[in-house]
Amino acid sequence: MAEMTIKPMTLNFGPQHPAAHGVLRLVLEMDGEVIERADPHVGLLHRGTEKLIEYKTYLQAVPYFDRLDYVSPMCQEHAYALAVEKLLGIEVPLRAQYIRVLFSEVTRILNHILNITTFAIDVGAMTPLLWGFEEREKLMEFYERVSGARLHSAYFRPGGVHQDLPAGLAADMLAWIETFPKVIDDIESLLTENRIFKQRTVDIGVISAAEAQAYGFSGPSLRASNVAWDLRKSQPYDAYAEMDFDVVVGRTGDCYARYLVRMEEMRQSLRIMKQAIEKMPGGPIKTLDRKVAPPKRGEMKQSMEALIHHFKLYTEGYHVPAGETYTAVEAPKGEFGVFIVADGTNRPYRCHIRAPGYPFLAAMDFLCKGHMLADSVAILGSLDIVFGEIDR
Amino acid sequence: MTQALIDLGDYIANTAPNEVVGTTVKLGELTVWTRPASLMRLLTLLRDDSNCQFKILVSISGVDYPDREERFEVVYILLSLKHNQRVRVKVSTDEATPVPSVVALYPSANWYEREIWDLYGVLFSDHPDLRRILTDYGFEGHPLRKDFPLTGYVEVRYDEQQKRVVYEPVKLVQDFRSFDFLSPWEGMTRTLPSDVLPGDEKATAQNEGKA
Repeated sequence: MAEMTIKPMTLNFGPQHPAAHGVLRLVLEMDGEVIERADPHVGLLHRGTEKLIEYKTYLQAVPYFDRLDYVSPMCQEHAYALAVEKLLGIEVPLRAQYIRVLFSEVTRILNHILNITTFAIDVGAMTPLLWGFEEREKLMEFYERVSGARLHSAYFRPGGVHQDLPAGLAADMLAWIETFPKVIDDIESLLTENRIFKQRTVDIGVISAAEAQAYGFSGPSLRASNVAWDLRKSQPYDAYAEMDFDVVVGRTGDCYARYLVRMEEMRQSLRIMKQAIEKMPGGPIKTLDRKVAPPKRGEMKQSMEALIHHFKLYTEGYHVPAGETYTAVEAPKGEFGVFIVADGTNRPYRCHIRAPGYPFLAAMDFLCKGHMLADSVAILGSLDIVFGEIDR
Repeated sequence: MTQALIDLGDYIANTAPNEVVGTTVKLGELTVWTRPASLMRLLTLLRDDSNCQFKILVSISGVDYPDREERFEVVYILLSLKHNQRVRVKVSTDEATPVPSVVALYPSANWYEREIWDLYGVLFSDHPDLRRILTDYGFEGHPLRKDFPLTGYVEVRYDEQQKRVVYEPVKLVQDFRSFDFLSPWEGMTRTLPSDVLPGDEKATAQNEGKA
């Protein structure tokens, strides 16, 4: 047979592709069906969030954080609220801290359900999505009851949370916590020992502990590489120091380990939610410092001072003393941090957003090299990528 | 926690006296200042020294201070899993002076440096692939600079006649309104009474305009 030379082929994956989890353009240099180089082109969803925040007051900047990673909104508000509170030097009431922990864990489960089920659909399993999204809907109802919105809640604000839990919500959440482990078991029975699922994920996209650190990994993707690192444990914020939960660690650092870590993290989140509800003290839900948090509506009808405070907070906003801070939380995807430079006025001078997905996608070239084309979809799905936070 | 950070700052300053310009601990966070020429040596020390072990480069951020001679600050945020500590390393630069790329030390720096080049126009020497990352293909300017307008310069739309996306200068239906609510009302500030409050300068500026 005559000798043939095969030209390397360049393949455009996306920007509109259901397995790209948003608008990712992945330029793949292929040798047959093997990926030689992956070059992700990001920025198709760039909205200039960081620039816009520089033109908004500290309170007006909160809703931008919902729209970064739009499947885990509250965790991002959490990082921002903690950073501003640190700059202001205020203490948050205990009840607000517990509510924040409770809803951070709701957010974590919301995010992990979305990731696991869409990851499963990427590698060929349809049913988990249908089962999981039913539960997401219930969780988003909790979101709605507490903040009025299913997705973009703007609920965690510097100084506390916007409103107290409505009557009956805690009981309904406890009831849901009892039912959800069954759903996790069901989803697990479809995936964990599934031969096709394992063939698609085991030993795919392996990253060692040292490499994961060098590539700036965090969250479940770092823990799947056998690094027991969780900001909720190591640098506890709000009421996480009071919570009893385990840090989930994977051993192999492949797509399958990342899936297993997320599954177990959902169970741990349930434990934290339960403790948060049971231990939640009474009291105010935002700081009583009226220079930061607005007064109650009813108070404004009676008190001139409350009216002035309300007016000033919603026009000028509070001034934050000059300083800078990098504050991070353990968001569902990994370490979500904000680097705020304050110059003493009512607007941030600079607000850099450290999104966990950004280094994951930067490592795509490293992870995909030498794998087959179809594996790139599994790797992308297992990294839990959302373009709202990467493109900002 | 703060004392541990002060000790760490002193340790870094004593171990690398030629590299470190200064250290500060504020709000429980350690910042180490250095110069572009010594950045690589300092980061190598921070990564490999047994008392530091900052194995993770969490992020690189830029800040623009147009009034300064060296207008850009590049901020490296490092994390040590072993010692559970964070440190910020800062260098200053201007539009023309490149900062050495740290991709050889931390592979995660690759995209962060591209981002800062894209948004601020800070040059990184020896970067393997210094392309724009977040802005559009063929974008001009560096949008996070303080002198870049919030509205930008061009807008895009799909042209039905030409059957393609066209770029046009920004046309605003109404002027962009920047609401300036800064007031000298000291009730909103948390500064000391002796400080000049933000917004005070506007009162004096108006008086000068009248005179």
